[in-house]
Amino acid sequence: MKKLVAASAVLAALSAPAFAAEEVNVYSYRQPFLIEPMFEKFTAETGIKVNVMFAKKGLAEKIAQEGEFSPADVVLTVDISRLAELANKDLVQAVNSEVIEANIPAQYRDEEDAWFGLTLRTRSVYSSRDRVGELSEEFDYLDLAKPEWKGKICTRSGKHPYNVSLVASMIANHGEAEAKTWLEGFKANLARKPQGNDRAQVRAVSEGLCDLAIGNSYYLGKMVNTPEQVPWAESVYINFPGEKANGTHINISGMAMAKYAPNKENALKLMEFLTGDVAQSMYAEVNYEYPAKEGVKRSELVASWGDFVADDVSLETIADNHAAAMKLLDEVKFDL
Amino acid sequence: MTEKFLFWRTSSWGLSLLLVLPILAIVYTAIGDADEIFAHLMSTVLGTYAWNTLSVVAFTLLLAIIFGVPSAWLMVMCRVPGAKVLQWALVLPLAMPSYIVAYIYTDWFDYAGPVQIWLRNLFGWQTIHDYYFPDIRSIGGAALIMALVLFPYVYLLARGAFMEQSASLLNSARLLKCSPLESFRRLSLPLARPSIAVGASLVAMETVGDFGTMSYFAVPTLTTAVYDTWLGYSSLTAAAKLSAVMLLVIFLLLSAERYSRRKLKLFHQEVSAQPEPYPLSGWRKWAAAAWCWGLIGAAFLFPVFQLLYYAVNYFAESWTPEFRQYSINSLSVSFWAALIACFIAIAVNFNRRLVNKSSAVVPLRIASMGYAVPGTVLAIGVMIILVSTDHLINGFVRSLDYRPPGLLLSGTMFALIVAFVVRFSAVAIGSVESSLAKIPPSMDMAARTMGCNATAMLRRVHFPLIRRGILIAGLLVFIESMKELNAALLLRPFNFETLATYVFNFASDEQLEHAALPAILLVLVGLIPLIVVNRSLEQKS
Repeated sequence: MKKLVAASAVLAALSAPAFAAEEVNVYSYRQPFLIEPMFEKFTAETGIKVNVMFAKKGLAEKIAQEGEFSPADVVLTVDISRLAELANKDLVQAVNSEVIEANIPAQYRDEEDAWFGLTLRTRSVYSSRDRVGELSEEFDYLDLAKPEWKGKICTRSGKHPYNVSLVASMIANHGEAEAKTWLEGFKANLARKPQGNDRAQVRAVSEGLCDLAIGNSYYLGKMVNTPEQVPWAESVYINFPGEKANGTHINISGMAMAKYAPNKENALKLMEFLTGDVAQSMYAEVNYEYPAKEGVKRSELVASWGDFVADDVSLETIADNHAAAMKLLDEVKFDL
Repeated sequence: MTEKFLFWRTSSWGLSLLLVLPILAIVYTAIGDADEIFAHLMSTVLGTYAWNTLSVVAFTLLLAIIFGVPSAWLMVMCRVPGAKVLQWALVLPLAMPSYIVAYIYTDWFDYAGPVQIWLRNLFGWQTIHDYYFPDIRSIGGAALIMALVLFPYVYLLARGAFMEQSASLLNSARLLKCSPLESFRRLSLPLARPSIAVGASLVAMETVGDFGTMSYFAVPTLTTAVYDTWLGYSSLTAAAKLSAVMLLVIFLLLSAERYSRRKLKLFHQEVSAQPEPYPLSGWRKWAAAAWCWGLIGAAFLFPVFQLLYYAVNYFAESWTPEFRQYSINSLSVSFWAALIACFIAIAVNFNRRLVNKSSAVVPLRIASMGYAVPGTVLAIGVMIILVSTDHLINGFVRSLDYRPPGLLLSGTMFALIVAFVVRFSAVAIGSVESSLAKIPPSMDMAARTMGCNATAMLRRVHFPLIRRGILIAGLLVFIESMKELNAALLLRPFNFETLATYVFNFASDEQLEHAALPAILLVLVGLIPLIVVNRSLEQKS
């Protein structure tokens, strides 16, 4: 027992993070390969070391549990609902920075500066080149529920935050009752039970399993740049639904400063860096996302997909409808 | 009661109570108010989740028994070509993390996979409507994968039981003109049933707690629902309620297992001479060998070859400093977990040996409870306990006017180690328990008569005799910790990945090829304990 106690004490001491002066701690939902190059650049420019913890789930809970002793400075998320969750649970602090304000347009920032969008992505509809062709300008998300698509649509789990946000935007635009009818029709049109990720849906289209797939825009860029996946990418058109209706559903990846950030100054530097030209164009070039900062060029590939009309329902409204969307998905048993 | 006993008593009770704290934390959280969400879940999806869980477990058990029992019987009772290799090779699938097998099988047997593409090209089918092919991402598919990876539990226990069956009984059956099949059905199988039940309950618990395979196969079970509820609805309380329901299910499974093991004692006999194995001839011989090799091929060789192929092709991308660092992380976390679990196993078992009271078995059972809790759920419990301890420490240090040290326990590797120890102590305790049980009480009496006090007896007599058992215990905890994914995903500290989380990150982004090298390392490390365990089994026989 004594040995045990001694061993754990030594262990704890050894593995405790060293709290050096020049560092910043990031909790990240975003994947390592995307943001690590940016962190390297940031460290090279400022000398501040970036410590990261990557997770797919549960970071808000972790921060909440950790409370005032949380080491987290900056939280990076992949969608609006998680940013809103952080703000609603009072886990983040407002950041007043002229730099960020100048870089990120108001519609992609929280009114009280609790969170900031970094990149935009469209929830697009991919269509088979062979069997469907490019979708018309009239095509809207509502059409996904039309009987003509019966057995022809593929999507990932309805419970994935990207899809929950899409459903939340449908509730915001059409009301809960209509959204439910739509979701039932959409479910009835699925070629298979929701599964896999966005990339897997495009693969299913290329194999002829379905004609339409729901997916975020940047996946197409990623597939074009992965040799084995080029045939998948080449088998589809990317479409931006809703041009004649409410517009294309936009989600953001974003950031917030943790409420008890121990390295506040460094955190601010990192956040400002991420909204700057260098980082923003890296987001565009490396991950094929739409930079939130105006004037930063889209990647050539992304630009070639053409323009879209963005749904102007506010991100806050989408976040507010998150719980309602989850319930609808359960009610229609979307995934079952 | 002497002083020495007091040490074993306090340490075993103390340790086991510490181990059960995370579980209590979950139960406590479940009492909180989340009735609205829980009621909503009850009225919508919970029934399906529960039904899915039951079906997956039932199918997995069925398949694991079909895979495990006949192969065990063939190994013990028949002369199968290549039996020497086969009898340990049949254990290999245990080294494969189920989610990796799931990824590989999906890649192959999905609509977009090579098998169906080949079939379509061969027969000129155009669309999915032209033919029928079973969907791998289904309850049946998930059960198949789980059974392939877990059947060795049934195989190991059934084989042990068959080996212990008395030769005279089986020979009498032969004299009475029982055919081999009849003697299997009427004699061997009923006698081995309790052992098979033990193996089956292990399979069932692993299946109930599985997250990786189920979420990848889009089979929503209670375990995946815990995630959904916690994160989707942002309600830890509702998730904890769900976990409490699962604990109940698992408690029932465990009770069934205990009940069957109680019977096992009645049946247990001294190992006697082995009956002469049935010689197999003609097609029977080859069918038996094909059955066993088929299992090994499907559950182990095929996935390993696929991983090797990826690993060779993507070696340059995979052999990175990160990979080496994560290997070291995994090894060190698992090492500490194994070491501590062994300490606990020794403490609770020696306590039980010395304190000859029925209450002494309680710490043993309490400390084993963590195994029944799925990693996801357990991670939440561990987090709650460690973070509150951290807050106490920080509050105390601050009251002394020093700078608070931060999250010493929950923000470090320590959290992972605790989670692994809580989850896998049961495995170590069981292993030590069974080797200690083989030392007859007469040995204790002899030692005491010769003037050994209790501690000296444990040190000089028992410890050397159960060394192998302890080693196996440590190795089993080590391999389980290497593979454990769910707790690791949530509890790992900054800049820290384990091989399991690293593999999962790639694989869940449909890039398994980049994670093949770490996956192979996981499997290789998993092989070591299996070989050791098997060696010891062979020596026993």
